[in-house]
Amino acid sequence: MAKTVVLQRKPLSLSERTYLPQIVTGLKTTFSNMFKGKVTLQYPEEKPNIPKNYRGIPTLVKDPNGREKCVSCQLCEFVCPPKAIRITPGAVPESEDDREHVEKAPQEFEINMLRCIYCGYCQEVCPEEAIYLQDEYSLSGYSRDEMINKKEKLYELGGTLPDQHYKWDKKKNAEDEGNDH
Amino acid sequence: MFDFEMLFMIGLKVLFALLMIGAVMTMAGYSVLAERKVSAWMQGRVGPNRTVLPLVGYVPFAGKFLKGMGMFQPLADGLKFLFKEEIIPGHVNKFYYNLAPIVALVPALTTMTVLPFGEFFADNGESFPLMLANLEVGILFILAVSSLGVYGIVLAGWSSNSKYPFLGGIRSSAQMISYELAMGLSLLPIFLWVSEPGTGAMGLSLVDIVDSQKQSPWLLLVQPLSALIFLIALFAETNRLPFDMPESETDLVGGFHTEYGGFKFGIFFVAEYAHIVVGSAIFTIVFLGGWHFMPWMSDPWPATWIGSLIGVGWFLAKTIFLIFFFIWIRWTLPRFRYDQVMNLGWTKLLPLALINLIFYVCLVTWLDQPPA
Amino acid sequence: MISNGKPSTINIILDGKEVEVPAGINLVEAAGIHGTEVPHYCYHPQLSVAGNCRMCLVEMGTPMRDRATGEAVLDENGIQKIGWVPKPVIGCGTNVSPGMHVKTKSSMVTESREGIMEFLLVNHPLDCPICDQAGECRLQEFATDYGRGYSRYVERKNVKPKRTKLGPRVTLDDERCILCSRCIRFCQEVVDDDVLGFVDRGSFSTLTCFPGKELSNNYSLNTVDLCPVGALTSTDFRFKMRVWFLKESPSICVESSAGSNILVSSREGKIHRITPRRNDSVNDSWMTDSGRVLYKKVSSDSRLLSASVSGNASSLTEAISAASEMFKDKKLGVVGSCKSSVEEQYLLNKLSKNLKAKKFLRGHFGKDDGILLSADRTPNLRGNLVTGFSNKYPSDQLSDLSISIQKKQVNALLVIGEDLSESGVDLEDLKSIPIVFLGTHQNATADFSDVVIPTLTSFEKSGSFINRSFRLQSFKQAIPGPVGLLPDLHVIASLINALCEDAEQSSDLASIWKQMSKSRTNPLHGLIFSKIPGDGLQLDGSKWNSLPFIEKKAMHFSPLKQLQKSKI
Repeated sequence: MAKTVVLQRKPLSLSERTYLPQIVTGLKTTFSNMFKGKVTLQYPEEKPNIPKNYRGIPTLVKDPNGREKCVSCQLCEFVCPPKAIRITPGAVPESEDDREHVEKAPQEFEINMLRCIYCGYCQEVCPEEAIYLQDEYSLSGYSRDEMINKKEKLYELGGTLPDQHYKWDKKKNAEDEGNDH
Repeated sequence: MFDFEMLFMIGLKVLFALLMIGAVMTMAGYSVLAERKVSAWMQGRVGPNRTVLPLVGYVPFAGKFLKGMGMFQPLADGLKFLFKEEIIPGHVNKFYYNLAPIVALVPALTTMTVLPFGEFFADNGESFPLMLANLEVGILFILAVSSLGVYGIVLAGWSSNSKYPFLGGIRSSAQMISYELAMGLSLLPIFLWVSEPGTGAMGLSLVDIVDSQKQSPWLLLVQPLSALIFLIALFAETNRLPFDMPESETDLVGGFHTEYGGFKFGIFFVAEYAHIVVGSAIFTIVFLGGWHFMPWMSDPWPATWIGSLIGVGWFLAKTIFLIFFFIWIRWTLPRFRYDQVMNLGWTKLLPLALINLIFYVCLVTWLDQPPA
Repeated sequence: MISNGKPSTINIILDGKEVEVPAGINLVEAAGIHGTEVPHYCYHPQLSVAGNCRMCLVEMGTPMRDRATGEAVLDENGIQKIGWVPKPVIGCGTNVSPGMHVKTKSSMVTESREGIMEFLLVNHPLDCPICDQAGECRLQEFATDYGRGYSRYVERKNVKPKRTKLGPRVTLDDERCILCSRCIRFCQEVVDDDVLGFVDRGSFSTLTCFPGKELSNNYSLNTVDLCPVGALTSTDFRFKMRVWFLKESPSICVESSAGSNILVSSREGKIHRITPRRNDSVNDSWMTDSGRVLYKKVSSDSRLLSASVSGNASSLTEAISAASEMFKDKKLGVVGSCKSSVEEQYLLNKLSKNLKAKKFLRGHFGKDDGILLSADRTPNLRGNLVTGFSNKYPSDQLSDLSISIQKKQVNALLVIGEDLSESGVDLEDLKSIPIVFLGTHQNATADFSDVVIPTLTSFEKSGSFINRSFRLQSFKQAIPGPVGLLPDLHVIASLINALCEDAEQSSDLASIWKQMSKSRTNPLHGLIFSKIPGDGLQLDGSKWNSLPFIEKKAMHFSPLKQLQKSKI
């Protein structure tokens, strides 16, 4: 039983209608702000503290064994809202003994930083925990081409993630030893 | 001999004129810096603090202070404008496009020829006003010439042959016309007040207006309403926020100067600030007692050249405060909508100025009645 | 259960609602008709029922009758009692019967499905990120519906071979296999090439080829499509592209006159694979392996990408005007193609008629495999008959062309895609006259033609083909053609407009069809291109029964059919 009540606005007094007192109040506010001190940073010299969950440049990480984690499932490419990611998948050749059981790895992995909006969906969707938005936020280049991060650049930026999953090591063990029934 | 003296006088005048131009242009340049600094402080920022001349930076304390205050920024800005590529868009009317910045700057600089900014005490105790040309109808000259500045803006808007500048130009002319009336009407009571019968004081002479405030209340206190209307109209005439219709970055990109860049844009920029400087000076002269110390008080400085200098300084201080006030208002009030600007000008300020005029006409008539 | 030539229908009670279904079908199909999906892996509508995945379990009951008397057993309300089967039954192996009650959504059914899913997933590897089937995987889909979300299985998973090569085109990942046996049944029943089987027992069961054999028949890639999980993968498509990026466009296979319905999967204008599209009157759900690789021709090195006039590259418009200039006041010969679409053949016929040109046609023939690769290796030989471009069965030689040139009956030639040097025409004769070549790929004829106008492949244009049983099937553009090229229709229409007086030929499919379907005697009478159904339209081809069609009896095709029809 909601009732609609029409509230009458209080009529403005003469001084209020000239707006002059309000302008004076405003002037007081801005004037007092002049002495409040700065809140900005002198950027290139002073740098902000980057919080832990900051979403900076997306990078690819390697596992503690120094092998690439990405298996080019292309879920990040699929989920990327601005379509910044472009992956060319490929098979891992059987000659690579230590990771041929992974079977699939990206041949090329490009992230177009002119398109990236740093939403972090790629990190969230990655089933292999291979892509991370790290704390790097400042990037620039002289050409469009330079702004497209290639696979080598992405791994260089990403480094190694010291996690303890060893998923592919376990898989390799199982393959080598078989399972015991 | 006669010719030599004549040449000397002309040379002196030219020198004075150049000095004056230099002073006003410098003030305009530093107004830009003030604008940037004050806005930065009001917004919790630092503002320009990186420009420095090669050697000055090493001066122990002052160098750092000047750099921090951005004292060399206007120089850098000016040089930047000067060295930028002069781009003339293909779709503009080239002659008027090039003419517009000049038309905008010249009135701003011309008005200062009749600006008194202090007094000079001769040895015999006589005092002369310091100004380039003591015009009997100085204020009329200023009103007439300064409103020519709108032609620069209209011309720029039209010759750019592009929609935003065009809108900016149209808005500008409408605004100028609307507020010109209120401005003129708000000054009339001043003339009435100043030209007392029997004293020989001319209400149209800026010097007489200043002198009438010597050891007597400033006209701001005598005619507060006139001062208010004049101030508001001044804001509108100089296209300052909250009245920057012609420029209005948010809806017209850059308004009348959207198609301008480099030095031509710089000239518009300087013209705008020169207008502010001259406008502040006029307000000081008319309502704030010019170079005189305080209302009802006689000047505390000696009637020598030192006193002259202090007087000029005092005049400058008042003007600079007004410039600060301009900036202060800009970073306090948001811009009016176009219809609000028109509404305020025609339905509020104009009637108010008329009422104000009629009131003072009656008041002055009553005061000037010869004792029965 | 077919009587009087009409399929009879019966009523069953599906999830408490009485519905009408065709008699004799099984519960999976019956539920599917009425919009209820019964999940299944091993069942396939075009293969025999194996019933080994147990995913399609449903509850079923029939109206009770007294065994001795055969009278209906009634409950206290006088309604016939339903004798529910105490345990769930498999939907694929149970056929409908009148009055049958089926529950597909009861808690017992759901529990059964969840149980089956858990067992199927016990040894299934967590391969989804690298598995090519992900995105079109039945196991993945039903795991989201009925899966537990976590595993209760703490032992180590079974390890099986991950990349067994079953044949030249198929790679097997045994760990992913759920032992549904669809591939085995396909090889036995459809291709009659029994090479696959299970070895070992229990969770060690493994799919392999019989010793000394391999899965190398021309239909082996159908097992990849059949596989409900990612166990059988196409070596060609393996790890190339995730299926969720692919745009699937319906098209028609151009390999032979069988006219298999296909889906062209492309991403950003690049075709990644071709898969069969189900059409129960043409190709069921199958197609040949050799037809699947035809997409590679689209970007092959020999593709013609720019027009040329006497060896110099030129623009398409220049080439067309050069061609029409060349044909002015000449005795034109037109070599048509059985690979062109019906519409192109129609326009070509119109051009020939208007210019009183002599028409030539060549067939391409190979071996018939009795399934989906017919002896006629062109998709649209019958289109030439229907559009009137030819009224006799083409041979694979063009000896009459040589004669015509020698007799000076022809002194200019328009060739559509055909390589004349292969078809018994004397090269010296050809070099003596101007030749305009329209085609997609470089060949010997294109090399010595005076004007070469590149055209589009069937993946890059729209049109229709008429297959071996006179079935009209349309195909739509799947990918954009190379830059600067225009459809054949446009080129031929421009030639008509340039060469024939007062001609205003449009290259628009709809208006061509308007002209084409005017004639009352034509089998295409009254048809509209956009109204050709997705599974094609059977035309009456009895008019041409006397022609010596070369195709043998094959899937959904018997050469006698036409003869029988003509007898009636």
